[in-house]
Amino acid sequence: MKKNMARLLAAAMLSVAVNGPVPASETTEPSGVDVNDIASLQRGAKWYVNYCLSCHSASYMRYNRLAEDLGLGEEMVMQNLVFADAKIGDTMDIAMDPGQAKAWFGTTPPDLSLVGRSRGSDWLYAYLRGFYMDENGAWNNTKIPDLSMPHVLWQLQGIQTPVYRQETSASGFTREVIDHLELQTPGLQSPEEYAGTARDIAAFLEYLGEPAILKRKNIGEWVIAFLVLFTFLAYLLKAEYWRDVH
Amino acid sequence: MAKFADNMAKRAGAFMNWVDERLPVTEFWDAHLAKYYAPKNFNFWYYMGSLALLVLVMQIFSGLYLAMHYKPSATEAFASVEYIMRDVDWGWMIRYMHSTGSSFFFVLIYLHMFRSLLYGSHRKPRELLWLFGMVLYLLLMAEAFTGYVLPWGQMSYWGAQVIINLFGAIPEVGETLTQWIRGDYFLSDATLNRFFAFHVVAFPLGLIGFVVLHLAALHKTGSNNPDGIEIKKNKGADGIPLDGIPFHPYYTVKDIFGVALFLILFAAVLFIWPEVGGLFLEHDNFVPADPLVTPEHIKPVWYFTPFYAILKAVPDKLMGVITMGASVVILVFIPWLDRSPVNSIRYKSVWDKVLLGFFAVAFVRLGMLGMAEGTPAQVWEMRLWTTVYFMYFVMLYFMSPRSKTKPVPDRVTH
Amino acid sequence: MSSDGVNKGRRRFLVATTSVVGGIGVGLAAVPFIKSWMPSAKAQAVGAPVEVDIGRLKQGQLLKVQWRGQTIGILRRTSEMISELQKTVEVLADPESVEADQPEYVTGDPRALRPEYLVVNMHCTHLGCVPQMVPEVGSQPFDDNWNGGFYCPCHKSKFDLSGRVYKGVPAPTNLRIPPYSFLDDRTLMIGVSPQGAV
Repeated sequence: MKKNMARLLAAAMLSVAVNGPVPASETTEPSGVDVNDIASLQRGAKWYVNYCLSCHSASYMRYNRLAEDLGLGEEMVMQNLVFADAKIGDTMDIAMDPGQAKAWFGTTPPDLSLVGRSRGSDWLYAYLRGFYMDENGAWNNTKIPDLSMPHVLWQLQGIQTPVYRQETSASGFTREVIDHLELQTPGLQSPEEYAGTARDIAAFLEYLGEPAILKRKNIGEWVIAFLVLFTFLAYLLKAEYWRDVH
Repeated sequence: MAKFADNMAKRAGAFMNWVDERLPVTEFWDAHLAKYYAPKNFNFWYYMGSLALLVLVMQIFSGLYLAMHYKPSATEAFASVEYIMRDVDWGWMIRYMHSTGSSFFFVLIYLHMFRSLLYGSHRKPRELLWLFGMVLYLLLMAEAFTGYVLPWGQMSYWGAQVIINLFGAIPEVGETLTQWIRGDYFLSDATLNRFFAFHVVAFPLGLIGFVVLHLAALHKTGSNNPDGIEIKKNKGADGIPLDGIPFHPYYTVKDIFGVALFLILFAAVLFIWPEVGGLFLEHDNFVPADPLVTPEHIKPVWYFTPFYAILKAVPDKLMGVITMGASVVILVFIPWLDRSPVNSIRYKSVWDKVLLGFFAVAFVRLGMLGMAEGTPAQVWEMRLWTTVYFMYFVMLYFMSPRSKTKPVPDRVTH
Repeated sequence: MSSDGVNKGRRRFLVATTSVVGGIGVGLAAVPFIKSWMPSAKAQAVGAPVEVDIGRLKQGQLLKVQWRGQTIGILRRTSEMISELQKTVEVLADPESVEADQPEYVTGDPRALRPEYLVVNMHCTHLGCVPQMVPEVGSQPFDDNWNGGFYCPCHKSKFDLSGRVYKGVPAPTNLRIPPYSFLDDRTLMIGVSPQGAV
């Protein structure tokens, strides 16, 4: 009876699986980001500081934390990553005036301290590879349509253009959607190299979102190992006393 | 050496006598632990209560430390949470302990409540015990809701916006009421500040107080058990229930084992997977609150989504709020809706089991649907499961006295 | 329920082991909470070393700067002030600065890397007030035979121009000297010891 009940319940649960929120683009492929790959984070930090940090602050992140976590050393960080008039203990702020930024881009470039947490590295990887030039010669992105940000990395990636296809919805409504992007003008990096760059930046942003990620899993393994030992002892203790009852 | 030990024991005994004459420590120890007799056939479901108590203590402790660094101000709250996550030594662990604890609290409480439905722990003479439990559940919801607003992320902000506006559905006074709750014309610093006060002082005190009442009521009647048999009916010549064993040491050692197992799971989430894919910590809540931009997909945290789905299932604002409120309040009446001649599901009919099974599935499904986007098909499904949810209580009332039961043994089984 | 054949030794052993391991666990779990009270990364950044331009400091002038919430005094002493330091020795409680909280590279009567510049934590070692500098030699309301120094208005403690405490005043030790170093002749770094110094 119990088994039948369980089966009945399981069937009821499975028969009606929920379709969770559908991402904007279903073609997202896994980014292959490994946040524990320190070399990748170092490259990502370099790309971030050179290409992103002029507009996008990371105002919860301190340079000395970066130096420590990525094994770079404070002097190295001061010489290579800190361009502004900042001290090693300062956060990664930008000099750009928000009002000016608004005049240039129509919006204030958001702080990216936590974008790795709100968007996730897979999304960021797809976003960084999703820039294209539309028919009007304006930059656009498959992940954020009609965004106001230019493709800062275009020299590396080159220029992509979209290839469209017709899509008919269930209600018979037909619209044009982007099927895929084609590389029109090659950049300084090959597509594979650029994918690596995007992966490194996405990895760095994931780390930036939660610097503790580098050590918490490691600590967790020790904590769990200790708790397993304790559980074993607690089980022996319980079994010993419960011999009275059974 | 032996003489020394004897001496020490004598002195310790004398000291305890001294204390006992002034404070009933030994009396309390005996009444509630060493000579408090619990049924010997507790199973897995009976770990939840002590674990919930453990989590309450952990929440109070981690919350105390978070409050030392957190700033309850609309301009500083979000940044102060990130300050805890990055700048405070081990702050990330304390914060994850608190966020993981809040979700686990609900996991444990839902299992704890379901245990009651399985074995009839809410039934006579334990109705007050159930009612105190319901108060605890409502307080826990209030505590969780106010706490969720504190990080002042997008989900904090818009979740609070939606929940507070539910009160706006009340005719005549709704608008004034929502303003009174917010202390402003929109969700603002004033709201955050008062939520903080309730979250760190009022609700925790209420929780502790009702936990004491809950335990006092439990120890008055004694625990129920998976067979639903009153162990006090079968006492030995010494007046001790034949199926009872002293809580200490037997259930203390068993609960320590349960705690250890639970902590493994807890640590795994805390250290390895604290977001639980956006269930425990939502992605959008890592974006600072912005009164001008509503996130694409607003939903409460998972433990509220069953009720949220019930709200969304009703196509009328006031009726939706009433239905949702009713879905929580109706739980209060379970002790009087359940009119079965037996306590435990073990001695009830197949149909009772199917009924409870449907209720459990309805609750879980509603929870999943409450998180979903809310396509028309999903809304219809919410309506279906909302009906099933409420039908459980109707069926319980009419079916329970009539369904066939199996004979209940005199003594507990193994 | 039966207690026959209970292995008491095993029970006692298991209770003891579980208690010890559990106690260690609780102790380890307490560490993060205790450590969370230490100065945070933000506090450390705010308390970072302070660069001070001393190029325009005149002889006999006292410059006060803030470092880690403390008032740090930088006194450019005249040669008379420096020579005066030896004369006060018999009225001082600890002229050799044996008990004093100061870096090892700060020695002798001047208590400074360069005798001309006294760099001193201005807070009185009694209860934390900031003493006034009274450089004039001669009779003062608080001392008939004053050689110049610091005088604390809170509880009447007296220090010489090296921050050394007088005998018979409430302050127990000499004024503290923070770690510091010279970047060049006109730039002082408070909070960092000279290279190679401990």
